[in-house]
Amino acid sequence: MATNPVPSAPLEAPRTPAKTNRIGLQVLDYRGGKTTLCAGCGHNAISERIIDAFYEMGVQPERVMKLSGIGCSSKSPAYFMSRSHSFNSVHGRMPSVATGALLGNHTMKALAVSGDGDSASIGIGQFVHLMRRNVPMIYIIEDNGVYGLTKGQFSATADIGSKLKTGVINDLPPIDTCTLAIQLGATFVGRSFSGDKKQLLAMLKAAIAHNGTVLLDVISPCVTFNDHEGSTKSYKYMQEHDEAIDEVGFVPFFQEIDVEYDPGTTINVQMHDGSHMRLRKLHEDFDPTDRVASIAAQLHAHANNEVLTGVFYINTQQPSFTEMLNLVDEPLGTLPDDRVRPGRAVLEEMMQRLM
Amino acid sequence: MATEDVALAASAEQSILSKPDTHHQTPQSTIVNDFSIQIATVNGSGSQSANSVLLRSIFRMGIPVSGKNLFPSNIAGLPTWYTIRASKDGYVARKKEIDILIAMNPETSKEDILSLPVGAAAIYEESADLKQFRDDVACYPVPFDKLTAAVCPEAKLRKLVKNMIYVGVAAQLLQMDMQAVEAALRKQFAKKVKAADLNWAAVQAGYEYAAANFTKNDPFLLQPMNATEGKIIIDGNAAAALGSIFAGCTVVMWYPITPSSSLVENFIDLAKRYRIGPDGKATFAIVQAEDELAAIGAVLGAGWAGARSMTATSGPGISLMAEFAGLGYYAELPGVIFDVQRTGPSTGMPTRNQQGDLLSVAYLSHGDTKHVMLIPGSVRECYEMAMDAFDLAEQLQTPIFVMSDLDLGMNNWMSEPFAYPEKPLNRGKVLSAEDLTRLGGFARYKDVDGDGIGYRTLPGTDHPLAAYFTRGSGHNEKALYTERPDDYVHNMERLSRKFETARSLVPQPEVVQSGKSRIGLIAFGTSDFATRESRDQLLKEFKLDTDYLRIRAFPFSREIHDFIASHDRVYVIEQNRDAQMLSLLKLDLDAKDIVRLRSIRHFNGLPLDARTITDDLVSQEGI
Repeated sequence: MATNPVPSAPLEAPRTPAKTNRIGLQVLDYRGGKTTLCAGCGHNAISERIIDAFYEMGVQPERVMKLSGIGCSSKSPAYFMSRSHSFNSVHGRMPSVATGALLGNHTMKALAVSGDGDSASIGIGQFVHLMRRNVPMIYIIEDNGVYGLTKGQFSATADIGSKLKTGVINDLPPIDTCTLAIQLGATFVGRSFSGDKKQLLAMLKAAIAHNGTVLLDVISPCVTFNDHEGSTKSYKYMQEHDEAIDEVGFVPFFQEIDVEYDPGTTINVQMHDGSHMRLRKLHEDFDPTDRVASIAAQLHAHANNEVLTGVFYINTQQPSFTEMLNLVDEPLGTLPDDRVRPGRAVLEEMMQRLM
Repeated sequence: MATEDVALAASAEQSILSKPDTHHQTPQSTIVNDFSIQIATVNGSGSQSANSVLLRSIFRMGIPVSGKNLFPSNIAGLPTWYTIRASKDGYVARKKEIDILIAMNPETSKEDILSLPVGAAAIYEESADLKQFRDDVACYPVPFDKLTAAVCPEAKLRKLVKNMIYVGVAAQLLQMDMQAVEAALRKQFAKKVKAADLNWAAVQAGYEYAAANFTKNDPFLLQPMNATEGKIIIDGNAAAALGSIFAGCTVVMWYPITPSSSLVENFIDLAKRYRIGPDGKATFAIVQAEDELAAIGAVLGAGWAGARSMTATSGPGISLMAEFAGLGYYAELPGVIFDVQRTGPSTGMPTRNQQGDLLSVAYLSHGDTKHVMLIPGSVRECYEMAMDAFDLAEQLQTPIFVMSDLDLGMNNWMSEPFAYPEKPLNRGKVLSAEDLTRLGGFARYKDVDGDGIGYRTLPGTDHPLAAYFTRGSGHNEKALYTERPDDYVHNMERLSRKFETARSLVPQPEVVQSGKSRIGLIAFGTSDFATRESRDQLLKEFKLDTDYLRIRAFPFSREIHDFIASHDRVYVIEQNRDAQMLSLLKLDLDAKDIVRLRSIRHFNGLPLDARTITDDLVSQEGI
């Protein structure tokens, strides 16, 4: 049947090149495994924002280590950035593992994910010591006020008067991890809400640019155990009580600064990597470089039943823990033998002295 | 702790357990280079320098010597005893009988002199008038305060200088070589010439007083030998710190606890001296942790990131580390933990000795967890096993516990000088980015080589396939979360295989046997010194020839099984109540060999002595 014309090869569909970031990676390169958390869980939204932030900042995923403790939140590092080494440690003790890992390789970027039970209840001991050391890492508390994996008991961040599904009312005061962190020496402290994409993304990008401990307490409602009427960590409660102390803007170091700002209302913070964080004050007299004022603002908000969000405190001058240790530039873990084992003469001298 | 309790600890054991030594009843004969001196003082009184000078003077005379500090868990004001043993035969275990007492503590001096065997000697403050309690002991009363005031015009220094008077008195009575004493003293004070001069004047004052006032009435003499030439004196903690420096340890996170603190403090000194570059930058990070949980957490985190990391602790710290130890075993993280054991349970007696953590460390943490333990039996092994531990931690990808104890860690011991490590560091199975390109990926927990040990990558490896997910939850070969029964069993069986591999990689036992004896002795760590001496006692006094094996690590190597199988009765000698090493052996042995085991235990907090072993063994043998 030679009469039939040979069908021509189908035309290549014109492919639009996949969108990439400044180091040529796609957002796909920052994705992780499929989440096993409940549909609607605030933690999933936070994982999405982490992916966006690291993608947009163009951080090489192989240069990041993810660390977590135990709990729903601590599972989430499996759901983003699979190309980063990850360490899911033991309950409440991730801070020490993170500290050790950074001492072993201080050239890495460390991102820690914990929960309110993992940090404020079982882990408060290690939490406070991490904060006072200003270990250079991002520490996210995915805060829902309850234990998810053990089915809905209160954690230590539950507010007075908050009600469980079973009707149990919490009558003990909450631990405010942000206030603690500011008081103890963390150098970048803020709170956000898993439902506030814009604020959370800007804060995460600024966190990546910071050198020192970043503590982000992110209210992240538990749709299964703590999203009902009477809960102070529900989506509805947050929508009604979220009070931003400042509007967080961020200009990364690799972008030209083209937005003007009013120095009367906006504080411009030059970050460690050359990026700029712009904090437009929404509360009069608020100064995010003043620890005392910042802690006072928290206490006032508690008294007024407001959930304060935004960047509360920033200090870009304080040296980080690894800087204070004055380490060599290369990672300690992979220094060659001759840099970590003193020579023969040293041992001989020691032996002479002991004779 | 009340003063009485502490006093009892030292003297009760002596008065109850020791039988008067008959050779002391003939003071005319001399006993040369074979006796012990006990200095009873108050802690915080600064007697340490004087005791050290005495010890090092004997060492400089070429006489084998060992020193033990028996101190309370207290900063100042409670009784302390320092015991020096000179032994021409080279025995360095504690000797139960005290031959010469230097009684400087009025609170305990009566009990101290009452605990002496017949024929012993006592040097004491004149005003204490101890002679009234014993007419069968050679008494040397000294007006310490008067002599001190004469050489030390500055009143506030007298308390310290007073101790040097007894060095001089003892030197005269024992006929010591005064050149050796002066050399030891000047080395002790190093560059502090004024302090050295003052102290030397005190030694001389004591010497002259004794020469002018005493007629020697005891048999004890020190005469120069040539048995310490080229040897060093060091404590086990300092030796372990030195080993850690030469092992290339880079990360230390620790929480202070007696008797382990000086291990890290020595490491800090050494690191500052030898591990800071010309630009002032450090190749080490040392962090004092908030507790032992944080210490081991950081050690494992650093090990995961590729660093050689360690911590040092003792029993209570080990208990706190239990959860992390299980993570280290299951997630396969390298790290070195020095356990300088002390007397438990609980707070126990923090400044007394025991080998009491073997069982808890071997299986530290919940579930089917087991750990590798290295057991140094000398200061040289503290040094060498520190290096072995860092190699093994990375080779086996697991925490390694080095089981030292207070006696070894905090007391001074003679040793041959340490040898420089000839082998390069063994960093274990680590894949580079190039390896990953060549292999096209890897599975973290896959047993590629059949030894149970997988390949790992380090954070920061520049390859898209380098990362894996480390977790203490159920995982498969690819480090992915799993609750599948077969994945779990597969992984746990591989971990067992890895432990079997460890049997042949850990330090092998030391065996001393004639091949003719039906009786075997097994000891380890600081039980070794007394066991060696006891073997000589058994041979000399009872014509009983014994074979001997010293365990140096857990899991046990084949040689240990063979040794037990080839003897009718095997005595396991250890310093704990529950026969912990014997229990570990039972779990590992064939049933037919378990019945061969006998137990000799000592657990009163004082270091083990030879006579205790000899008496117990002779009684069990029905000799």
